[in-house]
Parts: sequence; structure tokens; C-alpha cells
Amino acid sequence: MAKVILTADDSASVRQMVSFTLKQHGYDVIEAADGKDALSKLESRKVDMIITDLNMPNLDGIGLIKGARALPDCRFIPIIMLTTESQDTKKQEGKAAGATGWIVKPFQPEQLIAVTRKVLG
Amino acid sequence: MIDLHRQTFRDEANELLAELEFSLLELYESSEDQELVARVFRAMHTIKGSGAMFGYDDISSFTHEVETVFDLVRNGQLSVTPELVTLSLAARDQIKEMLDAADGKGTVNEERKEEIKSGFRNMLPGHNAPRKTPAVTTVKTTATAPTLTYRIRFKPHPRLFQTGANPLALLNELSEMGRSIVVAQTTNLPLLSDLDPETCYLFWDIVITTDQGENALRDVFIFVEDDCELTIDVIDDGGYLDNDEDYKKLGIILVERGDLDLESMTQILNCHKRFGELAIESGVLEAEQVASALAEQQYVKDIRKERQTKESGSSIRVPAEKLDILVNLVGEMVTVQARLSQYAQSSNEAALVAIAEEVERLTASLRDNALNIRMLPIGSTFIKFRRLVHDLSQELGKKIEMVTIGAETELDKTVIEKLNDPLVHLIRNCIDHGIETPEERTEKGKPQTGTIHLSAIHSGDSVLLTIRDDGAGLDREAIRAKAVEKGLVAAGAELSTKEIFGMIFASGFSTAQQVTSVSGRGVGMDVVRKAIDALRGAIEIDSTPGEGTTITLRIPLTLAIIESLLVRIGADCFVLPLTFVDECIELSREDVARSQGRHIMNVRGKYVPYIPLRELFAIGGTVPDIEQIVITRIEGNRVGFVVDHVIGEHQTVIKSLSRIYRNVEGVSGATILGDGSVALILDIPQLYKSAELAEREVC
Repeated sequence: MAKVILTADDSASVRQMVSFTLKQHGYDVIEAADGKDALSKLESRKVDMIITDLNMPNLDGIGLIKGARALPDCRFIPIIMLTTESQDTKKQEGKAAGATGWIVKPFQPEQLIAVTRKVLG
Repeated sequence: MIDLHRQTFRDEANELLAELEFSLLELYESSEDQELVARVFRAMHTIKGSGAMFGYDDISSFTHEVETVFDLVRNGQLSVTPELVTLSLAARDQIKEMLDAADGKGTVNEERKEEIKSGFRNMLPGHNAPRKTPAVTTVKTTATAPTLTYRIRFKPHPRLFQTGANPLALLNELSEMGRSIVVAQTTNLPLLSDLDPETCYLFWDIVITTDQGENALRDVFIFVEDDCELTIDVIDDGGYLDNDEDYKKLGIILVERGDLDLESMTQILNCHKRFGELAIESGVLEAEQVASALAEQQYVKDIRKERQTKESGSSIRVPAEKLDILVNLVGEMVTVQARLSQYAQSSNEAALVAIAEEVERLTASLRDNALNIRMLPIGSTFIKFRRLVHDLSQELGKKIEMVTIGAETELDKTVIEKLNDPLVHLIRNCIDHGIETPEERTEKGKPQTGTIHLSAIHSGDSVLLTIRDDGAGLDREAIRAKAVEKGLVAAGAELSTKEIFGMIFASGFSTAQQVTSVSGRGVGMDVVRKAIDALRGAIEIDSTPGEGTTITLRIPLTLAIIESLLVRIGADCFVLPLTFVDECIELSREDVARSQGRHIMNVRGKYVPYIPLRELFAIGGTVPDIEQIVITRIEGNRVGFVVDHVIGEHQTVIKSLSRIYRNVEGVSGATILGDGSVALILDIPQLYKSAELAEREVC
């Protein structure tokens, strides 16, 4: 039974790369273009994990994390944020909002998989 | 594949640049618009982040300069000036030029690039200080540290769960790094009435022996280090100093851990009794703290002892039949233990229940150990395939290289044996249908030598086997045409790509233009499917024309014994593999009436379809007032199965069905229950699939 991961990123190329890498390792992936899109997709499907960018239009990553944590199904699932090195304060803000961990961009597919395995157990 | 991502990135970057130009021009008009500034920042941010991901480091570092300035603008530390807009527009053109150059169109004007860069730097407050260029994260180096034994105390904050962290996953990750023991400390656990299930009360003491160094250990806790107290100490140096087998005294360990102060220790020591007992009696320490320290003491003694006896051989050869007998006996034992537990439960005798529970625990670890002995690395089969690839490619005049990953992945011996034939079929198919001849490949602009990737990785309680080739890929239309010709589908039927690919598993199916000695007779793929089904596995195909085909097999780790959920319908018992089960809920008459004949249940606001098994299996008798739904999760979808009563968890020893019943749909095997009766094991994915098909026919 494949685990389902939602990836939210406004960059189509990052989304594609994340999605491709995860699928290759046997996960099911749902893609969302921004936080708002992601939240509406979370309404209808239960996911095992969320990977989100921080900077997105409509609703940013912090907003998504807060919104997701307010949903009963998402209260305790791992949420990983994608950050860039300049956003150390964002990292703290994300953790405070309820993020489980982070991956620093740019990252290699192997790092993505390592972190996914780590938090999904 | 990375080329594909790079192309997407270039398309995306071009779109972003167009948007950027528009936003910048707008900004020129209305320089106070915060939304526009945010848009510019976001575009720059995405180009920078994604650029670095796909190897456009120069674009990334260039964009970084622009982003830095706009970050300040966004935070109100700089204001938008006409100069800034003009410079940003120039930067936008510069990025465009760099993108095109990467695409092989034109060259980059390095001089202007530096000019723009310094232009942005000059806008920064205090711009004289040299800017730090973004640090490139290096991939973890695997330099091995000496093998040391560490003591770790991991004490998470009570609110740990609220960030989605899972201490169990962390402990599992640790245990993968080397031999370890974990002792949970429950001192802070309140009484049940005061317990808040969303709070983390436990903390853990871990003793681990690993060669990966302290930093690797700290890395395990990287996401939670702000939310926990973490101490890591080296307690054994791996035998550099030729220390003897004896380890520290219990009192010393407790003092080192900070559980006890030196004074209390000497006080206790003066009493001439066993230290641990005394410490607990006098109330200085909790029993668990002592138990944990004792575990550490024993652990280090053990590894030191092992180090000394290492020379005297560490493995023995045993005939495979002996192991099979062992596993069979364990299987019988599990059945008997189930009987014992059942009897103990109904007897209401506390002492008997306690014994039964102990037997249950022992049986479970005996089972795990026995099954573990039968685990073999899959690598031995990989070597055979290498030979197969070599021989066949010679015969067909193709150049093929085989790459294998995860040869050390372990699977049950019997599973490996049964996997051999399907894997041979699949690899033959790759060689014959997939990889093109060297001439064709050169024509298509691919390297002459084709590659077949074979990889095996663990994923939960199963192993994923992937066979990937970089050949021609599956021809959707050819498969479709063939399927129509064979009468498998109607000519005009609308099919998803997945469904079309699924056709190749139908029996007698082959699109090969001519029959070769290797394949083309249409036996093969349906044999593969049957073999994988027999292993309770799943198979999935993904293919891109011109780029290749990926076949993924999901195989359960073992065939002998599984954890499952025991349920009752009428007088019969059934077993559902626990890996599929999400939760159990009640289904009352009112619920059934409310859904007006549709088999749908509202579970906490979400609709979950269900399959009434009583109906499906045509079991007579009266339906109880309250039935139960076992909600399972299949391929990400939640589906319920209605049963009369959920009995509970059950260790199921799988017995295969006799030949007559082997092809019955929806049942994958049987098991013997504690009272000697037989329960059928439900094939959840199969039931789900046939229900889905039936549904589609109705529509």
C-alpha cells in the first residue's frame, strides 16, 4: 500500500522533480500549485505526508502548515518544508507553525528520499 | 531524466521572466504596491531555487543578488526607485540571456553580468562588506569513524507530537545505524485519568554501537533538536585500549547519566547489598532508571565479550530443509499459542492470562527470529540475471549493460525462489522488446549501449523491485489495437494509459512483430502476473515512448506468517491482513437506511464506500443490529468491508488452499484458528478491484 504524499510548490519544475523522485520510490503523489490549492486537495483526500515550499502565491507555506494542522487528519502527519539557506527565520516560523522538518534547496533526489524515509518511519 | 526536468525548468523560467517583466513595468508606475513587490520577489526566488536544483548555478547565484535586494524592499528596508526598476529589468534580460546560452543559443556577456551584480550590491545598506555567496550544501560524506559505543538520552518536550515528529521513526532510524538497545523511561507517565494522549510523556535511553560517528547520530535528531534534551556520550571505545570484559559498576553509570549524585551513591554503597535494589528501596531512584543503567551495563559487557570470541567463527551452515521445518514448527506453535490465549481469556483466571501473555510475547519473537533466519539477500539472483543479459544480448546483436542496486536487500528464501521466473520473463522482455538495436539507438540519438536497471529496496513490510530500461517504451496504440483484435476491449472504448498497459498481462498477448526465440509467443506477461499474485504482490507499469519502461513489483517480505485482523460474519471467521487496515467503525441500521441503498458511509465528514461481505459471499442468517466496518486503505483509497463483528488482532499462519479452491476470487489462503476451525484470508486488493469493475459496469 503506497503512502500518499502531497507536494505543494509554485515552481512546476521542482514539483515535477519531487513528484518524479517520490513516485520512483513507490510513493503516491498529489501535486498542488500553492497553499490554497493544497488545502482544498487535503479536504478530499487523506495523505500521509506533506512537502511544501515556503514562498507561494495565494497562500504561502506557513499558512498551509497552519491550515493543515487545523485539519483532524493532518494534525500529526509529518510536514516537510523546502527552504533556501537565507530563510533561517522562516525555518523557525515554520517549526512554530507545526512543521516537522525541512530540506534546504538546492537538494538532490537522494536527500529528498532520505528525509521522506526518515519522517515517515 | 534530469534533461526532462531541465526542460521543464527552462519553460517555467521563461514564463516567470515574462511575468517579471510585466510586474516590473507595473511597479514603475505604482512603486508602493506591496503585492507587486511580493510577485517580483517570488519570481526571483523561484528562479534561484529551481535553478540551483537543476544545475544552473550561475543563474542561481546571479538571481540571488537581485532577490536579496527585493527581500529588503519587501521588508520595507529599501524603497522602489526608478533606478532599481531599470536595473531589475536589465537583470531580467541578463537571466534570459543566460538561459538561452545554457540552451545553446548565443553567449553570455560576462562583463555586463558583473556590472549588474555590483549594481545590486551597491544598493544594499553597508554594501562595502563582501557578500557571502550562498553556501552549497554538500552531500553527506561517508567517511567511517571508528566503531564506538554511545549512550544517548533522548528526552523530547511534551509537545513533540504537534510538529508531526514520530519518536518511533527516530528510534528505528537509530537502530538501523548499528546494534543498539532502547529502554523507555515511563517515570513521567501520569495515571490514565490524567493522561493527555497528545502529549509525549516518555523519554528514552539508547545504547548504540556504530561506526558512523557522533555527528551522524545527532543528524538523526536534526528536526527535533530544538524540541528535546539530547545527550550523547561515548561509553566504549571499540577496544583501542585493551579493556577487559568488565564494565563500569552500576552506581558509576547512574552518576554519569546524571540520575544520581555522588554522595547518595556512597551512602548506598555503605550498606553492602546489591546496589540497584538498595537504590530503589531507599527511594533515591526509580526502578526504571536502574533497569536502564543495568541494560547498558549488560550491553557493553556483551559487546566486549563478543569482541574477544570473534575469532572463533561466526556462522554455521544448515540445510535449508531444517529451516523450513523450524518455520513450520513455529507456525504450529503460533496456532497453539492462539488457542492458549483464547482459552485463557475465557477462563477468567488472572494467572493463566499472565502466562498466556508471556507465551504470546515469546512466540512473537521466536517467530520473528525464525523468519529472519530464512531471509537471504536478493543479490545472488541478480548475478544470474547479469549472465542472462549477457547471453541474450549477444544472441540478438544488441549492446546492453545491466546496473543493479540494492543487492543486499533481504527477502524470504521461498519468495526469492518464486521471484526468479517472473524476473527472468521481465528482463527478457526488456532485452527483446525494450532495448533497440545499436543502429536504431544511434538514429534516435541515444547511446549505443542500452541500460537495464534492476533495483530492490525495502518499503514497509514489502520490497519494491524495479526493472527499468531505456529502450523504446510501450507502444500505446499497438497494445490497444492488439487488445481490440483479441476482443479484450471494444474498439471505441475509452481507456486510461494505465489500463492500456495493464492489457499486456492478459494471456496470449504479444505485440512483437515476429516470434523470436526469446519472446513473442504471448506467454510470459500473464505468467508474470500469476506468479506475482501468488506471492500476494502487486505489479505496476510505467512507460514513456522513446525513453523506456519501468516495471515495479511490490513483494511482501514473507509468506509464512502475517499480522492480521480476525472478523466474524454469521458463523464463519475471516482474516484481513493488518497492513491494509486503517480503522474499524460501527454501522447501525439507521446508517444503512440513511444512505438509501448506496453503500456509502460518512466517516467524520468524509465519504467512504463499503462492500458488504455478507452479501458478497452470500452468507445467510440474520444481520445483527449493529455491524462493523473495517476500513482499509488500498492504493490511497479508503474502502470499508462490512462484517458482523471484529474479534481482534491475530497472528495468521498462512496455509495455501488446495488446488480446487486456488482460483477462487477474493480469497488468498486460509488459516487455522485457536479453536481448530478454519478461517479464510481475504484478498483485499482483489475484492476491491472486482467491486470497482462491477461498479463500472453498472455505470
